[in-house]
Amino acid sequence: MAEEKRLMKGNEAIAEAAIRAGCTAYFGYPITPQNELTAYMAKHMLDHKRTFIQAESEVAAINMVYGAAAAGARSMTSSSSPGMSLKQEGISYCCGADLPCVLVNVARSGPGLGGISPGQADYFQSTRGGGHGDYFHLVLAPKSVQEAAELTYEAFDLADKWRMPVMILADGLIGQMMEGVNLPAQRDLATLPKKPWAAGGQAKDHRPINHVTSINLVPAELEASVKARFKRYDEIKAQEVRYEEVNIDKAELVLVGYGTGARVALGALEMAKKLGIEVGLLRPVTLWPFPEKRVAELAAKGKKFLAVEMSMGQMVEDVKLAAAGKAEVNFYGRCGGMIPTEEEVLAEIRRLLKK
Amino acid sequence: MELIYGHPKSLKPIQTKYCPGCGHGVIHRLICEVIDELGVQERSIITNPVGCSIWADLYFDFDSVQPPHGRTPAAATGVKRVHPDHLVICYQGDGDLAAIGTAEIIHAANRGEKFTTIFVNNAIYGMTGGQMAPTTLIGQKATTAPYGRDADEAGMGYPIQVCEMLATLGGTKYLARGSVNNAANVRKTKQYIKKAFEAQLRGEGFTMVEILSPCPTNWGMQPCEGQEWLEANMIPFYKLGEIKNLLGGAEGGK
Repeated sequence: MAEEKRLMKGNEAIAEAAIRAGCTAYFGYPITPQNELTAYMAKHMLDHKRTFIQAESEVAAINMVYGAAAAGARSMTSSSSPGMSLKQEGISYCCGADLPCVLVNVARSGPGLGGISPGQADYFQSTRGGGHGDYFHLVLAPKSVQEAAELTYEAFDLADKWRMPVMILADGLIGQMMEGVNLPAQRDLATLPKKPWAAGGQAKDHRPINHVTSINLVPAELEASVKARFKRYDEIKAQEVRYEEVNIDKAELVLVGYGTGARVALGALEMAKKLGIEVGLLRPVTLWPFPEKRVAELAAKGKKFLAVEMSMGQMVEDVKLAAAGKAEVNFYGRCGGMIPTEEEVLAEIRRLLKK
Repeated sequence: MELIYGHPKSLKPIQTKYCPGCGHGVIHRLICEVIDELGVQERSIITNPVGCSIWADLYFDFDSVQPPHGRTPAAATGVKRVHPDHLVICYQGDGDLAAIGTAEIIHAANRGEKFTTIFVNNAIYGMTGGQMAPTTLIGQKATTAPYGRDADEAGMGYPIQVCEMLATLGGTKYLARGSVNNAANVRKTKQYIKKAFEAQLRGEGFTMVEILSPCPTNWGMQPCEGQEWLEANMIPFYKLGEIKNLLGGAEGGK
């Protein structure tokens, strides 16, 4: 499949991008608002003679991913918030066993069953290592159908490069809306990175046996392996931080938002501009690692911040940590599936700037 | 001179950490003897359980994958789908398979996943120190059933006959129950394992061998008493033999 342009739902674009990235094993379980993703995979993975299983549970799905990733495949699962909670056990094991895989959370509102409308209240769970133990993994937050496809395609490479799960944290709005999307070309499976650590295929080169595991009952050894992983995290922080900036230089106040929240913030920024009020936007694309250095630089320059989220305030804590008391950090959010409007954010901007 | 008996090539020549009288060592050996006979050491992958046999990757001389407790059949599903030409062995204990991982085993079996489960049933939790298992017999004592398993008054439920339960599912092709309490049963158990592995390599659907195995340490017995207790108490309830055999050809059930 060559590059092509299509009109697609975010959920479908993520699925198609995964197939083009060389995902050969997908495991899912029905949950709204990501069902189009699983249905798309059901048809197209089978058409490509690749593995698709509708698992008996979210728990089983992530463990099928664990097995397939351990066996060397590019593997993926997708879900939405309550389902991602169930997957956390398996994600911890993937991180503990250094397994590359791609996880998609088309987030809804919570807690509990919550609602099926878009939400951004899984930020803490996604960026702090939602399961047990000391770990992190990359988290990428798309703002559009196009970016959802691009980040998914790239997530498989990042997962293999860093040997860790990479999460796409979208929300129900990104998953459900339709936009034009330029799809990347199909990866040749023969050119994907080799995985000499994976289980299986020993007969080809008679290598020593491989164990894929997270267990180590010798405390000093386990500490050393966790510390080695944290060194890798430092490299990731140095190399993989991504963000987009709009109108930062002229702005006294910088809006900070990701995904759908950033789209709303951008709309408010443009409305403010028409009123002669200059505000900026910092949109983290990587939520982990968070662009903490950039926030610190802007704080040192005397900028104020306004975090805009579809939650009661989660990412804002990363802004505060990075600003380290050197700048004023404000928050505006809606939750429960409510999406802040541009007018609401504009009103907050005017209140803060007294303009 | 022709070697007619020796240490299996696919089993590392080291002492196991298992307790005296434990069945895991014998079962490990049977698996490895069959792997050697089939000549598939370099295309075998075992998914290890959580429990005493979490040590299995120290002993088996082939690739292994260690999933979370109970999720072994889900992980084995992923492994086997990626490597359909490999022998994938899903090694599980009774707590792993019949308690925390009940959903995973039922659905893997029902999908007819083409790996072989080796289900070691010792009617107790071993590694955590003798708690009641889903296969603990009525009246059998455990640290969490100090007066014995009481199905009615204390609401502890009944021991689960896993082979019989899985036999109702369309995806299961071969379900046998053996025991390692004496030489005759060890030999029969090896035959079951061989049939199951051969069926797997032919791509015939879900296969499982349940193996009754002593845990004298957590049963509070001497090793030889454990063998006797197994024979007197477990075998009458967990019937030995091929519980279901839908294999094709000469291997098939009558």
